[in-house]
Amino acid sequence: MARRGASLRTALPALVAAAALGLTACGGGSGGGGGGGGEVTSLRVLDYYNNEPDKTVYARKLDECGQQAGVKIEREVVPGAQLIAKVLQQASSRTLPDVLMLDNPDLQQIAETGALAPITDFGLSADGFQEGVKTASTFEGKVYGLQPITNSIGLFYNVDMLNQAGITPPKTWDELKAAAAALTQGQRYGVAFSAVADYEGAWQFLPFMWTNGGDETNIASPETAEALQLWVDLVSSGAASRSVLNWTQADVREQFAAGNAAMMVNGPWQFPALDKVQGLKYEVVPIPVPQAGETVVAPLGGETWTIPQTGDPARQAKAAEIVACLNTDENQIALATERTTVPTKTALRDRFTAEVPRMAAFTEIVQTARARTGKLGPEWPAAATRIYTAVQTAITGGAPPLQALQQAQNG
Amino acid sequence: MADGARPAGAVATAPGRPLASDAAPAPPKAPAGGWWSPRGRERMLQLAFLVPAVAYLLLFFGYPVVQNALMGFQEYTTRTFYTGEAPFVGLANYVTVLSSGLFGTALLNTVLFTVGSIAGQFVIGLGIALFFHRRFPLSGVLRSLLLMPWLIPLIVSGAVWRWILDQDNGALNRFLGGIGVADNPGWLTSTSLALIAVIGVNIWIGIPFNTTILYGGLQDIPQDLYEAAALDGATGWRAFRHVTWPLLRPVVNVVLVLGVVYTIKVLDIILGLTDGGPANATQTIATQAYHLSFQEFRFGEGAAMGNILIIISLVFAILYLRANRRALAR
Repeated sequence: MARRGASLRTALPALVAAAALGLTACGGGSGGGGGGGGEVTSLRVLDYYNNEPDKTVYARKLDECGQQAGVKIEREVVPGAQLIAKVLQQASSRTLPDVLMLDNPDLQQIAETGALAPITDFGLSADGFQEGVKTASTFEGKVYGLQPITNSIGLFYNVDMLNQAGITPPKTWDELKAAAAALTQGQRYGVAFSAVADYEGAWQFLPFMWTNGGDETNIASPETAEALQLWVDLVSSGAASRSVLNWTQADVREQFAAGNAAMMVNGPWQFPALDKVQGLKYEVVPIPVPQAGETVVAPLGGETWTIPQTGDPARQAKAAEIVACLNTDENQIALATERTTVPTKTALRDRFTAEVPRMAAFTEIVQTARARTGKLGPEWPAAATRIYTAVQTAITGGAPPLQALQQAQNG
Repeated sequence: MADGARPAGAVATAPGRPLASDAAPAPPKAPAGGWWSPRGRERMLQLAFLVPAVAYLLLFFGYPVVQNALMGFQEYTTRTFYTGEAPFVGLANYVTVLSSGLFGTALLNTVLFTVGSIAGQFVIGLGIALFFHRRFPLSGVLRSLLLMPWLIPLIVSGAVWRWILDQDNGALNRFLGGIGVADNPGWLTSTSLALIAVIGVNIWIGIPFNTTILYGGLQDIPQDLYEAAALDGATGWRAFRHVTWPLLRPVVNVVLVLGVVYTIKVLDIILGLTDGGPANATQTIATQAYHLSFQEFRFGEGAAMGNILIIISLVFAILYLRANRRALAR
């Protein structure tokens, strides 16, 4: 239903539902102490978009959607690392906001608590959304959020450096190794990525592990070991710095921007920062695959918008309108354009790449991308810990890849 | 000798013992209705003054500690926050964390980190305190400059030191390269160096605290003792050994025990520098507790780790109290 198109039409069923719910709430709500059943004039929204341009982009979009729904938006923005703590605290004191944004791998964790309402309760659906994105927002068969945009990681390269060396962007692992070795000169490394000891490190390793047939349910497999061997080779040959063990994705971007790395694994959210660097020409291709002709399987990023169980149907219905509004075709394209991300409705892809050609590579990458929580659900954080622990053990030389993976798998 | 210890000892015992018991032995026991006598009213007033402090302690120290102790025996997950259900699972959380392959590493790292940090902070802090104990021009300005590391938020120190210690572009390796050390040590990327580097940064952060407290202790030692010692021929090292050190002992005890309790739970600096990596080389009990609770959402196991840390700290707190009592008795 939500994919039919024009924003007004999408909003209609939700409006009707809201009116109906509002009426029932009024009818039975006289004992509820006033606040509940009356007209909803404002909604509380919680998200973690505290950096530009995201902060302003969402402020504007949320206000627009609020105006359409006839409510004032009271938005609270917290730093990314504090969102979950805040949500848990609000869950236990029953003060959850009306609209809650969650990082997509966290959704199932929060849905498991029972604090979220399935979006079907409000006539919304994720039909027409990319399968992986839908999976990420689904817990035990029910959809708990709608994600307007997604992103993933690709291989950025410095156009001038590759041209000078006469190298075309690598497509396979062998080409990646060769290109990285050839581009390594003096202070400059051929390639940079993040193998830091947290979820960013695990997330960066996933395209290599998944494309080669590795699986997070049991990481101690020869396929995952092969992928890890590639990373170990890149570092031990000197084509990548040992500092990858300490670099977050933002650090990796700094290295690339400063010309200390000719290629890097990173995401499109780095575009705004990279565009500010004078004289830096860069392009993006999908992350190289083991054998020519294979398709990369990268992890899906992005945030999903949910409706917490606040116990006030009228407010929840209004909240559903906001979530629906953020996910109209127009707003998916607008958010994707302004934030250099990819709309999640599959029908919008061609139109989007025609409008924003620079996003073509990432739009292609997310076609085959997978949700991190797709297989493990709320067990994902433990698996991510195992992955980055094994990666770090192998890169520091603590154990050969397969053994490092076995150690991590057995905890 | 008891001079330096008395204030600390008095502070330590005051909250535990109601003031009333100090006053009680002097007058004969008040009759039952005595609450309304002037004496009784004064006692009530004294108790009333205690109420806020006791309430504060119970609310902000007692409750979390008890809650954390309980949580260690519960299956406490994200679900619990919404449903309130946290079934008791006995010692299961402790069995899980203690039998995990990581616990041994984390414990050893905690010991090395604590001992290394304290030793470095204390020796350098004492050296600087002794240096500033002599009067010389600008000593006041320099002394306040020394406080700088203490004033910088830990997370900022962590970020700055991470740049300084970066293997390829870090200031430290550039400097070493400049003076002819060829290979770039991976301060934060080598499993054998990372813990040393983290301890080094923590020493840097801890020096101002040690210097300030020890300097204060040195100020309390009467100058005429040194003059008397000098008449007996004790100057320099001998003056330090026979005058400074014995008189400084109570302050040293305070500094060391507080240092242990502060250092054993250090979190931000390790998270900021290495996040426990590379390959768990800097993982301590504190970082592991944080990780279990807030990254893997296994709050029960995280609490169990935290409780282990509390027990270790308690041992030192008891040692501290005993050391103080002995100092008072003497």
